[in-house]
Amino acid sequence: MMQMEQAPAPAAPADREAFVQMRQIVKRFGGLVAVNHVDLDLYAGECVGVLGHNGAGKTVLIKVLSGVYVPDEGSIQVHGKPVSFRTPHDAQAAGIETIHQTLALADNLDGPGNLFLGRELLTPWRTLDSRRMEYEARNVIKRLNPNFRNILDPVLRMSGGQRQSVAIARALYFNARILIMDEPCAALGPAETRMVLETIKRLKAEGIGIFLISHEMHDVFEVCDRATVMKNGSVVGMVQMKDVTQDEVLQMIIQGKRPVPAQAA
Amino acid sequence: MLSGLLAHLRLDPRLSSMVAALIVIAIVLNVMTGGLFLSAENLYNLSIQTCVIAVMACGMVYVIVARQIDLSVGSLLAFSGMAAAWVQTRAFPPDSTTGWVTSIVVALALGAAVGAMQGALVARMRIPAFIVTLAGYLMFRGAAFLVSDGQTLAPLHPTYQALGGGVNGAIGVTASIVLGLLAAAWVVWHAWTGRRDQRRYGIEPAPIWVDALKAALLCAAIAGFVWTMCLAPDFTNVDEAGMPRGRGIGVPVLILLVIAGFMTFVAQRTRYGRYVFAYGGNPEAALLSGLPTTWLVWSLFILTGVLAAIASVITTARLGSGANSIGQLAELYVISAAVIGGTSFAGGTGSVPGAVLGALLIQTLDNGMVLLDVSSPMRQIFIGIVLIVSVWFDVVYQKRA
Repeated sequence: MMQMEQAPAPAAPADREAFVQMRQIVKRFGGLVAVNHVDLDLYAGECVGVLGHNGAGKTVLIKVLSGVYVPDEGSIQVHGKPVSFRTPHDAQAAGIETIHQTLALADNLDGPGNLFLGRELLTPWRTLDSRRMEYEARNVIKRLNPNFRNILDPVLRMSGGQRQSVAIARALYFNARILIMDEPCAALGPAETRMVLETIKRLKAEGIGIFLISHEMHDVFEVCDRATVMKNGSVVGMVQMKDVTQDEVLQMIIQGKRPVPAQAA
Repeated sequence: MLSGLLAHLRLDPRLSSMVAALIVIAIVLNVMTGGLFLSAENLYNLSIQTCVIAVMACGMVYVIVARQIDLSVGSLLAFSGMAAAWVQTRAFPPDSTTGWVTSIVVALALGAAVGAMQGALVARMRIPAFIVTLAGYLMFRGAAFLVSDGQTLAPLHPTYQALGGGVNGAIGVTASIVLGLLAAAWVVWHAWTGRRDQRRYGIEPAPIWVDALKAALLCAAIAGFVWTMCLAPDFTNVDEAGMPRGRGIGVPVLILLVIAGFMTFVAQRTRYGRYVFAYGGNPEAALLSGLPTTWLVWSLFILTGVLAAIASVITTARLGSGANSIGQLAELYVISAAVIGGTSFAGGTGSVPGAVLGALLIQTLDNGMVLLDVSSPMRQIFIGIVLIVSVWFDVVYQKRA
């Protein structure tokens, strides 16, 4: 907690308005403090890694931002405006899309069914407009993965990369400015991982801000600009990728303290 | 070659194999009963007998698709049926039109209220549906007894009794033919607009003969059904020459068709139906996508409660009285119908037409075995075997697909 009294994240470009400002977020489950006074910022066109062991509180933290959990303490500002999310819909309405680690796909539904889940396109008679949803889904998925045609199969029958494409397409279709990706490459092969990383770079270039949760140092160093390291619910420190080595970051994750020079500062 | 033709027709393999099984069973039963089974009169009875189970199975599909279960529908049928009979016989004078109308309102309200109560226990208090509805199974059977201290309540209003498909319980020949024509027109219109919409979105429709053949088969089925119902003699309604007039489609069948059509529409075309299936496919995904999961689960039990009440109206109207023993084992037949119709306990899969066909299959076997003088215990054993065989067939089919 004391560590967190330090100044705003070192990388914060002061001239730009933050997309997201999370301040002193606390989330408890019974006696367990899953997230303990955490600050986190996100700016346009940057990718911020959220790193840490299993159980470090990364997923809980981003679920607070995506409206799944309501925080016990702390404040969130999106584009400078204070928000309080009660449901995932609130976060989506604020332009925050989340690709959950589990992808949150209903296996029995097809691609469009999942892409529009919770936000279905309706006809004037308030019935599902399946054909328009299929048409729109084809267009957005074509941009991500041109070889992906069987989008009307149940998601159950799709490959890992195709499932990931559906999950990413769901986030992109609604023109999110803020994207949260929880372990997007965890279950993917090398070619599919490459596709996801290239997508992240392209989205950054389009000015979208991305939170990336990952265990894979290599991926983090390739696409992230900054990273925050968590342990036991608290932030160990925030680093600029260009200033640190993979070993130093790993040390932070494992030992829960900043590398010696930074700590001396 | 047959499977090639089926692939061409893009028919649902489950539904078409059930129809095929029904046709084979009907022919076998007809031979064994010396032509009795396929007589118009028996088929009319069969259509009425199917309704009670089929109406409730329409709701049970939703419940099981969403990974829940409702074991209380049979007891709730008895409870709301007794309530309806009590209103008619005790709260209003005999032959009161207000009485029978009120009794239906009371039955439906009771079904909805009891369903809402069970749904709240499951969705809000997080008590497993199996436990809540098992308790309901016991409690509502007891409540049905208490309504009249075990007495049978009779007589019920003649107009009310028509809802059961008995005396005056069919809509007559002319109305049946008109309905049949309307249904056929809808089938053709639906096929045509389907092709038009596919073109509009740049999808190449199936060859015209495929859609034409499908529409023709459906129209033939409608014509055959209406024809048979019109041939069924109504001995209480004779013409000038003293010959019985045709009955036409039974009122309970109309109720079932409206409910099944509506529930199919809701499942395929509305947000609510989509959410039920999404929840059944992956409850966590439903929650993360911001679906109103608590209300969704809650609403399912209101749905089965109301459908059990509708089934209770049909049952008491058919019997002409209210007895607390009605609807025994109904929950098991209803669940069986849904499962035979392709609803999976793993959640996320199931169809309303499948469940109606499942109910028809169970009732066909039961009806045929009654005609063959098979004893009641033997019929139960046989239908149990059919349930296992149909699910086993499903497991084998899923493995191969």
